[in-house]
Amino acid sequence: MAVGKSKEKLLEVKNLKVSFGEHRHKNVVVNDVSFDIYKGETFGLVGESGSGKTTIGRAIIRINPTLSGDIIFNGQKINGKISKEQDRELTSKIQMIFQDPMASLNERAKVDYIVSEGLLNRKVKIPKEKRKEMVDKALLDVGLLPEFSSRFPHEFSGGQRQRIGIARALIMEPEFIIADEPISALDVSIRAQVLNLLSELQKKRNLTYLFIAHDLSVMRFIADRIAVIHKGVFVELGETEKLFKNPLHPYTKALLSAIPMPDPIAEKKKVLTVYDPSIHDYSVQKPKWVEIEENHFVLGNDTEIGQYRKSLK
Amino acid sequence: MEKEVALSVKNLNVKFNLRGKILHAIRDISLEVYKGESLAIVGESGSGKSVFTKTFIGLLDKNGWIDSGEILYGDKNLAAFKTEKEWLTIRGKEIAMVLQDPMTSLNPLKTIGAQIGEAIEMHRGLKGAACKAAVLEILQDVGITEPERRYKQYPHEFSGGMRQRVVIAIAVACKPKTLICDEPTTALDVTIQAQILDLLKNLKKKYDLTTIYITHDLGVVANVADRIAVMYAGDIVEYGTSEEVFYDPKHPYTWALLSSLPQLGKKGEDLYSIKGTPPNLFNEIHGDAFAPRNPKALKIDFIERPPLFEVTPTHKVRSWLMDPRAPKVEPPEHIKELRKMGGKATWQ
Repeated sequence: MAVGKSKEKLLEVKNLKVSFGEHRHKNVVVNDVSFDIYKGETFGLVGESGSGKTTIGRAIIRINPTLSGDIIFNGQKINGKISKEQDRELTSKIQMIFQDPMASLNERAKVDYIVSEGLLNRKVKIPKEKRKEMVDKALLDVGLLPEFSSRFPHEFSGGQRQRIGIARALIMEPEFIIADEPISALDVSIRAQVLNLLSELQKKRNLTYLFIAHDLSVMRFIADRIAVIHKGVFVELGETEKLFKNPLHPYTKALLSAIPMPDPIAEKKKVLTVYDPSIHDYSVQKPKWVEIEENHFVLGNDTEIGQYRKSLK
Repeated sequence: MEKEVALSVKNLNVKFNLRGKILHAIRDISLEVYKGESLAIVGESGSGKSVFTKTFIGLLDKNGWIDSGEILYGDKNLAAFKTEKEWLTIRGKEIAMVLQDPMTSLNPLKTIGAQIGEAIEMHRGLKGAACKAAVLEILQDVGITEPERRYKQYPHEFSGGMRQRVVIAIAVACKPKTLICDEPTTALDVTIQAQILDLLKNLKKKYDLTTIYITHDLGVVANVADRIAVMYAGDIVEYGTSEEVFYDPKHPYTWALLSSLPQLGKKGEDLYSIKGTPPNLFNEIHGDAFAPRNPKALKIDFIERPPLFEVTPTHKVRSWLMDPRAPKVEPPEHIKELRKMGGKATWQ
């Protein structure tokens, strides 16, 4: 739980805006988003496709340039212009695990190269033997055999490929890992294995995760805190249990109701809640980001906040 | 009440030839699909669930063939079909299929209207204005707003959920009696997934369809399935009504599949995961295919294939645990929880 863990901030995101396109075609996909991620926690980011959740992850890892706002990692600003030195350091501190293990591995390279590619970019060259040792260890850490290092990606199943993707991130000895839908492309039975591996690695190495997904059911199991994003704007943020117990924003409720439950009688009775953004009337009162109870934030105007408060009691 | 059989599969065996090696993909499956029901076939990737249903519409890859067995549909035996001409009397007209990935199953160079119209023209013989009217009606049916405008658009102008609606529209355009949905929602978001499942349920009612769902996610089918068949390594190991399979599963594989659902996970504890990997179907399988991954497997599981034991007239299980001589093995904790949940599952 985030409460029990240190309150030391690893990553601060302040009023982040990201846009694509220029001038007339400018499209702001992340609009004024702020959050902190504490050391050792798993921060979940949930939203539908096109909501900007991946863009936030990519802005942190410096793939997408930011329009305005600050991203602060370990007390240092990391967006915008930074020195080459700092850039190189960040690349090893922040790593990413991608969604589709079928597309994110170089088909023409052997596992050995795929896993150690990040090391080749370091300023201090690592001798060949040492590198081999590190690859073997990284593979063992994710539950693969060192012998696999001379094989090609096509020889592996989806779950194994995702493990290679994780090994590739781990070998850089990162502090912070952005996992972008790491399990959505996998079978249910393999999902469990990969999730277990991720939480085991977190315990062993004191990693911090930003876990991006569209599925709240997985989040409950892995995340300490969850932020719900809709169309580039955060609508609710809270500790996992609080959010599941008292979902306030209608969009969060819609997301929760969409999770299929393994219970046929309840499922067949279920009425699907569909989120309709036009229920908010923000023409007079502008919405605000309010801490409605401890560590539970929600977006709404004064009238809505009043209703949310009532529903809490 | 006696249910009418729509499709009956008897001792079906399907084999593939891969670089000279023979792969036994479907191992002696018998199953009946009733008229108007919705059946879900659940299994891991590689369990043969897609191959199994592809035999119903003659879409097996070129290197695969039906080795033995029958697929009876009405008075025809689909397993004996040889020519494309024979298949065209069934495929699309009688049995249609919705494929998994809406991003790849549409032609990017043709408008949506033309793609749906093509199916209508071919199967229902409508042309020109009549054809367009039929397309617009179907677009409306699958929940696409402003059909007039959408008619002229190309697939890239549609979102993933909307494209899946178009794919469904093409499938139901020729008024089939049976609709096979192969992982219809796997590539979609949860909210969209729920909407598509809702749509399929409504269409089933409206067109009086028999629906067969294929999925790897048991969580998805609780909402839509009347009956569930669990597949493992080319064999159906358990089938029953969805209440029977969710609240009273008997086969260890069904237990494992249900237990690994993240919905049942508890924070701080490891999620249940199935150890090992599915068997290699190039090798001959002895006994219960799941035995090597089942920590509580009996000795006989490794020697002889279990027969189909009857739990209730609708619920059958292929596991030695059901034999009267077998020791009592309690289902795992998660399964007992599911039974307790019985109809009261919520998020709070």
